[in-house]
Parts: sequence; structure tokens; C-alpha cells
Amino acid sequence: MFLARGRLCTLGNRPKFLKTICASKILGLSTSACKAVVWSRQAKHSLGWGWGQDIVAVRNEATVLLPEIWAASVAVFSQDLSAQDPVPSSGMEWVELVHSCVCERDLIMLVTVVPRHCRSQPPCTLHRPHYPDVWSNTSLDCFCEDIFQKMSLKFKNAKRIEGLDSNVWIEFTKLAADPSVVNLGQGLPDISPPVYVKEELSKIAAIDSLNQYTRGFGHPSLVKALSCLYEKFYQNQINPNKEILVTVGAYGSLFNAIQGLIDEGDEVIVIVPFYDCYEPMVRMAGAIPIFIPLRSKPLDGKKWSSSDWTLDPQELASKFNSKTKAIILNTPHNPLGKVYTKDELQVIADLCIKYDTLCISDEVYEWLVYTGNKHFKIATFPGMWERTVTIGSAGKTFSVTGWKLGWSIGPKHLMKHLQTVQQNTVYTCATPLQEALAQALWIDIKRMDDPECYFNSLPKELEVKRNRMVHLLESVGLKPIVPDGGYFIIADVSSLDTDLSDMKNSNEPYDYKFVKWMTKNKKLSAIPVSAFCNAETKLQFEKFVRFCFIKKDSTLDAAEEIIKAWSRQKF
Amino acid sequence: MALGGMFRNAAAICLHLVGPFGGKKSGASLARCLHQTLVMTKQLQARRLDGIDHNPWVEFVKLASEADVVNLGQGFPDFPPPDFAVEAFQHAGYPPLTKILASFFGKLLGQDIDPLKNVLVTVGAYGALFTAFQALVDEGDEVIIIEPFFDCYEPMTLMAGGRPVFVSLKPSRNQDGELDSSSNWQLDPTELASKFTSRTKALILNTPNNPLGKVFSRAELELVASLCQQHDVVCITDEVYQWLVYDGWQHVSIANLPGMWERTLTIGSAGKTFSATGWKVGWVLGPDSLLKHLRTVHQNSVFHCPTQGQAAVAQSFEREQLHFGQPSSYFVQLPRAMQRCRDHMIQSLQSVGLRPVIPQGSYFLITDISEFKSKIPNLPGAADEPYDRRFVKWMIKNKGLMAIPVSIFYSVPHQKLFDHYIRFCFTKDESTLQAMDKRLQKWKDELRP
Repeated sequence: MFLARGRLCTLGNRPKFLKTICASKILGLSTSACKAVVWSRQAKHSLGWGWGQDIVAVRNEATVLLPEIWAASVAVFSQDLSAQDPVPSSGMEWVELVHSCVCERDLIMLVTVVPRHCRSQPPCTLHRPHYPDVWSNTSLDCFCEDIFQKMSLKFKNAKRIEGLDSNVWIEFTKLAADPSVVNLGQGLPDISPPVYVKEELSKIAAIDSLNQYTRGFGHPSLVKALSCLYEKFYQNQINPNKEILVTVGAYGSLFNAIQGLIDEGDEVIVIVPFYDCYEPMVRMAGAIPIFIPLRSKPLDGKKWSSSDWTLDPQELASKFNSKTKAIILNTPHNPLGKVYTKDELQVIADLCIKYDTLCISDEVYEWLVYTGNKHFKIATFPGMWERTVTIGSAGKTFSVTGWKLGWSIGPKHLMKHLQTVQQNTVYTCATPLQEALAQALWIDIKRMDDPECYFNSLPKELEVKRNRMVHLLESVGLKPIVPDGGYFIIADVSSLDTDLSDMKNSNEPYDYKFVKWMTKNKKLSAIPVSAFCNAETKLQFEKFVRFCFIKKDSTLDAAEEIIKAWSRQKF
Repeated sequence: MALGGMFRNAAAICLHLVGPFGGKKSGASLARCLHQTLVMTKQLQARRLDGIDHNPWVEFVKLASEADVVNLGQGFPDFPPPDFAVEAFQHAGYPPLTKILASFFGKLLGQDIDPLKNVLVTVGAYGALFTAFQALVDEGDEVIIIEPFFDCYEPMTLMAGGRPVFVSLKPSRNQDGELDSSSNWQLDPTELASKFTSRTKALILNTPNNPLGKVFSRAELELVASLCQQHDVVCITDEVYQWLVYDGWQHVSIANLPGMWERTLTIGSAGKTFSATGWKVGWVLGPDSLLKHLRTVHQNSVFHCPTQGQAAVAQSFEREQLHFGQPSSYFVQLPRAMQRCRDHMIQSLQSVGLRPVIPQGSYFLITDISEFKSKIPNLPGAADEPYDRRFVKWMIKNKGLMAIPVSIFYSVPHQKLFDHYIRFCFTKDESTLQAMDKRLQKWKDELRP
């Protein structure tokens, strides 16, 4: 028996086994019949059998028998038996041989070479006693079942990642990869980072010691710079070694915090819409996410703003109970752009204290706050420092998302658990990047009140872009929600009443279909806001689509062109 | 859910100064006095951290930074990466790293490697190990770990809820007077076979081995391979030191052996390959059926790795591909240079009565300190502290030399059996080795009566 891998094994491409068969033909044994079975791992049974004079014929027959399966690319495996010398002599060894040919696909076609005179049952043991008696259909079935039974046990994933394999970004990044599409989808800046940031990295790479391991919990000069920066906001000294942890992006901080502090069976409150990784990370820790949506106040004729979206205090209180281990807060908020007010944060803080709950505060957009708004750190509220982990991001601070450096700040009795996770996951972050970040931070720390300071100049630059986006979206009949912070803006697309009937897959939420339609027909990409919702709340947000505006003027110009043409088409 | 009773100090203060909950005072002075320890009635940290919070490096690295020592402890080169690598980091463009890894290792492993399905880039080989354990090891699964082992294998197994099962490499008898070699340290085949049970999910292999420097031979790997196949076990192979092989020994990748590609995850490291440990770029190669689970963990833990480092590593591999097998290849020059360092160190250490075990590969060698154990058995330290740890602390304090006690690379029950070895890292600059010589000379002088 042999299995064909990659492509079908034709007669010109025989593994040694076939040669053996042919040799035995010369010796007078007739061997030229092949039998194939197509087996589905998912269905857990065979889908059909075929006979043929040779492999090619078997394939042809299988094609006839199972055309739709063939079209879905049946995987045919072959083992180069040159390494399997001598040919297995017992049924068990055959099973082991097959075991070792791991199949990577759902369908597998097993081909057995059967001596012609043994085509009919019962199995023939006359000349080749070591053929397993598996060429009856039923025994082939059993054989496959046995293999896949054993295989499925060991090569299965750990339960902790069950159901966490799909990811919205993978799908939408692919869509937007077409270079003719203006990509306002994924939140990565296409503006340049500040020149001095890039220069620092270049200089640093040439310094020898900075290419080797540094302190695991954060490069000394970086944690010092972060401590110095944030002391101003916490109005207290922050111990750089015990109260700061440098991680692989803010993403890594979220992971460390959740793995370090959240246990199986814990409940974690997640506010909808939410940055998409919160839910899978909570589930991966074996905990239960408890969702609560932001709800819009009715508009009184004024412009729709992210501040119109709030949490109902009673509804929020009802989500807390003795099992609530933590609440994940994101301010400024992705995707809405909401900047939580002091009062709103106080409501959350009060509940955290009342229910003895931790707060994981994702503040990656802390510098991107627009006129009339102020960013507040919940960790500075009474009773909150000791139960809050606050997360920041170099990528968002300096428009260098590719550096993947983030940090967590919190009391040492919490941070030590994040450190434990760190030392058992990545151990340290890249040294040159940390040093470059430290140098860049020092440059801006020294000029915090200066309009040239990047923490001041970037939000000013982005506010202009925000206003431009609002205007553009309104001009084509979309209803944007003006964000108070962050670099995203969401818009209600339902008023356009676009005809999406040619978009297949009617099970998808409206915004998914709209974005795919818009990408395809208008060459403009965005992200559906229901991607930031859990299954139950998707319907509440399916009219909304998220646009990213941290883009250079030429990108926004291109978007403007598209939108203007779009609005002309309508009228 | 009453407020009192949850906290001790903090709550009382909070109630007094803030008033009934909902109070709005939040001045600076309040914040200062509330930096108290949180007393939560529920367990604070996740149970998955139980038993893995202690890390030996923290202790030893701290010691090294406090004293004036020649640091031959932690494994990093103190010489720079090659120029072409440094330049690549400075001017990093973005050739996809997965593509070049697939091409480079495809040739090496004689395997068709798809950059999207068979390669995952991680935050160092450390990150690759973590991702593999999280993806495949479930509660109650057994993981076979060969001792001595790089210390993170055990806590990573535990964090995934797995059960580590240890089997030791043991030195066979060698000629008196001659130095021991890492090739002498072997697994007993019967003992190894006995460790496999129906619950064994994975076996972790490290070749060349840290700390021993052993390079597993083809025959030894075939033994491991046949057991993995027989018991349907996944093999996680940590090959970060694959280029650092000396004396004409050959590194063999177990994934190359028949029937093994499908069940093997091969881990590599840019840090060790290009002497740039601070870049934290690593990778896993393997079949899609296994890598897809690692991808799920990756996208739910870090999602992306820093671009800069990846681009620099890609360019460095591209350069190496052009020079492969030639004298100009870094993979030829580096082991040659490191062999000289190794030989220098072996020579020097013997002068004070330390007996190094000649490593076939890696950055490290271990030395037998039995002579010291018998001559100065009562070194200061905690009651149950293994001898080698006390010896290292004594050596740091009194001789200004730092090494790592080998017992930290053993499971707790076996630490007492292997407490007469310490590990030195020899991938150091000439000046460091000379500094070491000076201190050893001083030590030697002190030994004379």
C-alpha cells in the first residue's frame, strides 16, 4: 500500500514499491490493478472507491465517481518508500507506515496496489502474504477510520485555543491588499514617523552591546524614561523596575495581564464594541467574557459625537458580581473614538472598588485627544492604583506600529504576575528598539509644553484629518460619529440604502457585506464595526463601518476623489 | 458586597477621605497614601503561574551586576554581530522573512517548505517554544524533557498544564586523566523508551544541547525518532545552536529523518545565528497541520513581531545564501572562531583544577568541580542548596568569575545528583577571555601552599 503526496503519482514517477511490483511482474506475478478509496476526515467515512489499471486510471475513475470532491482539490499522498526498506511484513507495520504519512488536508485518497488476481475478495495471500487484507471496501473503511482515529488524538490542538483560530484582520487585509484600493481599513499609519525616531534606531544598531539581550522586564534606559514621563501623570514616583513592564506591543501587555491575572471560570467585563483581541484572549485564559454595549443618546439636532455613546450605569452595575475578576477599559476607544469623561470613569471605578475587581486599562491612544477633550487615567482615581494595569504603546505614540513595543504600568503586586508571564513567554523584547524608543522619549519629555513635541503636534495634525474625513463622509450621505480621540471614525452606512444583493453569503452582517462591496466597487476599504462585537451584539452595530484617518494627505486625497465620484453618481 | 472587609488599610482610608462611594475627590496626596498592597479575597494571580514564578536567572544576573565580575554566565556574545547584519538592521527594507527562511531551510532539510504554511516567525526562539507548548500541550499531557535542559522547558510545560517527565543524559565511564567529551553523555535506550506512555504528547529535544554542548548523532536521533513514531508523539526540536558545531561534528535535524517532518517542530534563532540576541527574532518550521495551531496562539498573544528585526534577519540570510558553504560564510567563520575561544577556555580552566567537558557544539561548556567539592565542601549557602550554586556564589565573590550552576538545568529530584558541574559561556571577545585568564592566574597563585 502506498499513499501519494502532493500530486498524483503517475507511472513515470513511481516510488520503489511500484518498481518492486513491476519487478515481480517480470517474475511472473501479475500486478497491475489499483484500488483507491477517498476518505474524509471530517465526515469520518469514505466517500467512494475506484478500481483502475494503474494510478492514472484510478484517478480518472475517482474523478468520475466524485467530481465535486476532485474539484475541491483532493489531496493524494505518496510516501517515498525508498526509505522503507524492507517493505513492511505485517498489517501492523503497514498501519505504522501510514501513520507516519501525516495528512494535512481533510480528504485523503489511499491507493492500494493489488495483484490482479486478487481483485475479488477474499484477500489473496498466495504470493504476497504481507499485503494487509484491506482491499475489501469495508476493511478499507475500517483501516482509514483507525488511522484517523489515532491521528486525530495526538495532533489535535490544546483546548485553550479551540475556536480562536479565525481572525477578522486576516480576511480584510487580504481584501485591501489590491494596490488599486485606497486602504482606510487597518489602523496603521502611512504617515512618516518623526525623523529623530528613525535616526535613533539607525545610530543604535551600530552600538555592539545593544544587539544583545537586555533586562527581561524592560531595557533599563527605557523603563527609566517611561517612569519619568508617566510620573507627571500619576503625580507619584513610579518604580521603573517593579511597576513597569515592557512588552511586545500593547498586544503583548494585554496578553500578559490576562494570562497573569485571569483564571479559568473568572468573569471579565468587556465593553462593546471592543478591540477584537479582548474576547479571544479572555477565552484563551478559560474565562468568561461578559459584554455590555455602549449605547447612543438620542441626538438633538447637533452633530453625532463619540461622547453621545455611553454606558448605562445600572446596566453596567448589573454585570458585576462576585465572579467578576476584571473589566477591560479602552480609552480613547477603538473604534468609536470615545474619550471617557471623569464622571464616566468614576462610575467604573466605584464598581471596581465595590466588587473588588481589577481594571485593565488599554490607553494606547492616550496622546490622540482632540480639542475640548481630556484623557483621564483611571489608575489615578482613589482606590484604583492598586487594582489597575495601564497599557501604552510605542507604535501608537510614535507612529511606529512595526516596532511592536508596549508597556504596562501598575502596582508591583500586580506587575509581578505580568512579569512571571513574560519570563515564561518571550523573556525579553528587542534591545535596539527599546534603546531607540528611550532616546526618542527623552527628546519629547524635555519639551512637553512645546508645540513641536510629538505628543502635541500629532494630535493637532490628526484633528485636521479628522475634520476632513467627517466632511467627506457627510458629503456622500454617510453619517459619521465625530471621534473625540483616537485615529478612527465610524459612520452609519445604512442611509445609503446600497443594493448589496450581488454580495453572496447572506449570513454575514450588513457591514461586512457593505465593506466588501465598497472595496470591490468603490476601491475604498474600511473595517466593519460588527467585527468588534460579540455574536450577540453584532446586529446592534451592523450599520457601522470604521475608517482610519492616520493617513498621509495623498491617501486622503485619493479617498476624497472616490467619495466625490460616489456622491456624484447618486444625484 | 460590603466595602469593608475587602481591603484592610486602603479601604478604611478610602471611606474616611472620599465619603460614600461615588465621591469625587482625587487629589495628589490621596493618591500617594493609597499606594498600598491590594488585599483581594479572591486569588489574585492565575493558577497557571503556580510554581513558575521563580526564575534562576534573576538571582544570578543580579549577583553578577553587583560584583565586579568577568561575566561568563549568561549566554550572550560580548562581541558584535557581523557588519552585514548590523547594516541590515540600520537600513532594513522588507523582504519577507518567511520567504527566505522557507527557501534557505527548504534546501537544508530537503523539504518543500511553504512560507505561509510551514514557517512562523516568533519573538525569539523563546517565543517559539512558548507558542508550541501553548498550542499543543493540554492539561494532563506528558512532555518528555531530556536533562540537562534549558530551564524554560519545565515552566512552559507547567504553564500549559502539562506534566514534565524527565530522562537524564548520563556520562559513561571515560579514560582516567582524559577530559570528558559531551559525546560521552548519552541516553539509556531502555530508560528512554520507558518514559513514553499513552499520555505522552510531546518530546522536547535540544541539539546542540545547552548546557552540555552535546550534538546528538544520527543514530541517537533515530532512536528518538522511532519512539516518537511508535507512540505518535510530536517532537519539538530546539536547534538554536545549529551552526555552532566544532571538531568536524555534524548537526543533524531530526525533521530530516524519515517519517519525522510530519510530526516535528524545528525551532531556530536569529539571535544565536547572527550573534544578535537582542533582536529577539526566532522561527518555527513544521507541517501545516501543527503550525496552524501555533498560528492561533500567536495571533492571540503577540500577533506580529517587530518588522525591523525581521527585515534585518531576512537580508542577513539572503547574504548567507550566497556564501553558503564557502569560507566567507558567517556560518563557517563563526564556529571556527568560537572553537578557538572554546579551546582557549578549556586550556585556562584546567590550570586551577577545574575539569571541563569538551562540548561538541553550542555556546557553552560545563566543568566538573568535584575536586573542589571534596576539598572545600562547606561553602556558605542555604541548608538544602546544591553545591554548585554555593560554589558559583563563592567564585563570584572571591574569584571575580561568573558561571552558572548546572543543577538549575535539572529537575528538582535530580539536582543533588548533578551538583558538581558549572557552566561557562565561551563565546566572548578576546579581551574578556584575557580578563578571565588574569583572574584564573590569581586563583592559581592562591592555590599554592
